[in-house]
Amino acid sequence: MRGKVWKYGDHIDTDVIIPARYLNNPDPAALASHCMVDIDEGFAGSVEDGDIMVGGWNFGCGSSREHAPVAIQASGISCVIAASFARIFYRNSINIGFPILECPEASEAIKAGDIVSVDTKTGVITDETTGETFQAKPFPAFIEQIIDSGGLLPYLKSKQAKQ
Amino acid sequence: MGMTMTQKILAAHAGLPEVHAGDLIEAKLDIVLGNDVTTPVAIGVFEKAGFTEVFDNERIVIALDHYTPCKDIKSAELCVTAREFAKKHNIKHLYDVGTVGIEHALLPEQGIVGPGDCIIGADSHTCTYGALGAFSTGVGSTDMAAGMASGLNWFRVPSAIKVELKGKLQPYVSGKDVILHLIGMIGVDGALYQSLEFTGEGVSELSMDDRFTISNMAIEAGGKNGIFPVDDKTMEYIKGRFGREPAVYEADEDAEYERVVTIDLSTLEPTVSLPHLPSNTRTVREAAGMPIQQVVIGSCTNGRMSDMRVAASILSGHKVADGVRCIVIPATQEIYLECLKEGILETFVKAGCAVSAPTCGPCLGGHMGVMADGERAVATTNRNFVGRMGHTGSEVILASPAVAAASAIAGCVAAPEA
Ligand code: SF4
Repeated sequence: MRGKVWKYGDHIDTDVIIPARYLNNPDPAALASHCMVDIDEGFAGSVEDGDIMVGGWNFGCGSSREHAPVAIQASGISCVIAASFARIFYRNSINIGFPILECPEASEAIKAGDIVSVDTKTGVITDETTGETFQAKPFPAFIEQIIDSGGLLPYLKSKQAKQ
Repeated sequence: MGMTMTQKILAAHAGLPEVHAGDLIEAKLDIVLGNDVTTPVAIGVFEKAGFTEVFDNERIVIALDHYTPCKDIKSAELCVTAREFAKKHNIKHLYDVGTVGIEHALLPEQGIVGPGDCIIGADSHTCTYGALGAFSTGVGSTDMAAGMASGLNWFRVPSAIKVELKGKLQPYVSGKDVILHLIGMIGVDGALYQSLEFTGEGVSELSMDDRFTISNMAIEAGGKNGIFPVDDKTMEYIKGRFGREPAVYEADEDAEYERVVTIDLSTLEPTVSLPHLPSNTRTVREAAGMPIQQVVIGSCTNGRMSDMRVAASILSGHKVADGVRCIVIPATQEIYLECLKEGILETFVKAGCAVSAPTCGPCLGGHMGVMADGERAVATTNRNFVGRMGHTGSEVILASPAVAAASAIAGCVAAPEA
């Protein structure tokens, strides 16, 4: 994964990722078109496939709406890096097979517009603009399996099939 | 090393003799919940993966509470999807307009959840049922789909913060003030991935409604759940409601806590959270005088009977200030009916409040009180994020029903006078 960075601050909540007024249409493309609109009107129009989002502490706090990681994923973002994630956002991302990485050092050092590459298997994050590298905690094996299956439901289905 | 109350419930539902903080486990679910926003997404995920049967049609609850009675065509379509699924799978607990209440007031009231349960809900405030001594946590729609399909879900066993309560609350100080104070102390991520376990002699001083309000906002401190021990008040509450056998768990004496926080209830004052984070707390005295245009009394945090009673007692014989709109939303049909019987609805209407059927409505900026740029509300809800109740330039101040009612009369943030 490699892309340009969209950088945001601490406590980015699900109401700013996708405001409640747009939840009446859960279509991913519709959600993506309103993603981040309340704090960054330019995002949805200019984000490119493969770009990377970097946030601070407690990213994705607030509501349980899975619409939030779905909106980010559907907007073309390939991975979110944050200092820490709110727990429901963390679960939701894993469950839909969307890679997210926790790394306070990377979250602090990486700047908006930097070109960053990410290896989700090893957790190595490289800021190609500055040459710095960072190590995020890799996922436990069980979670790796869910992401590799493409999400929790495909994982459950394949487990059921094996039984 | 012993286990916390949460860890014991998780161990029992995972079929393990013990679990430790950090373990990834698979646990059996007693109840799986969703609402009109999250259930349609879960249904899509469930069907796309090829599942055709739910694990148990009596243990799934669908409450159409967020945008109902439907605010527009799209939300009406979401409800159609949920209703059709409920019909197809013969879901016993479908709550629709006329029976629905705000889910987290409704489920305890209807006796669907109880002590010792392991519950997930595709709504972040599912943590409310911790007040009954259950492990209960908010998840997303895919988790709900997995729960509906298998009756199981994965959890990372949380470590815990012990919150020791002592003393007794002063008049007009309530559970809302306790939890706002706690969030102000530890921050909006102070309990990230952790349980908040409430203990101490102060617990017995808190009503069940106070406990629901406190557990409800555990998520606003980042918590996975917020749990109370089961005592006489809990047993009294579930009597005649809860149909299953309650399972009572207690933390081990040597349970491990990452941190202990002590709160002396007798020292607390009415507290508010200023925009735009629940942790931005002040005493009402410090915030008094801030002008407002709207008051909302309701939500899964403070739309219960005791909330209605205290608000009515303050509004009784007074008028909502000129230039302020006061919207009151009893959280369930049962509460609405009780307000009717006690003459409380009349009190609200005479004071100049608008009273609505149960709905989340303004709490999430859905309908029934959306605000314009530059407007400010005092609300008994739980979130004051940017744009939560409407325009990104509007503001929400979180408060108890007593403070909200006093503010409606004063036209600005005001303390309730004893
Ligand atoms: S009242 Fe507000 S916080 Fe509670 S369930 Fe409804 S939208 Fe969520």
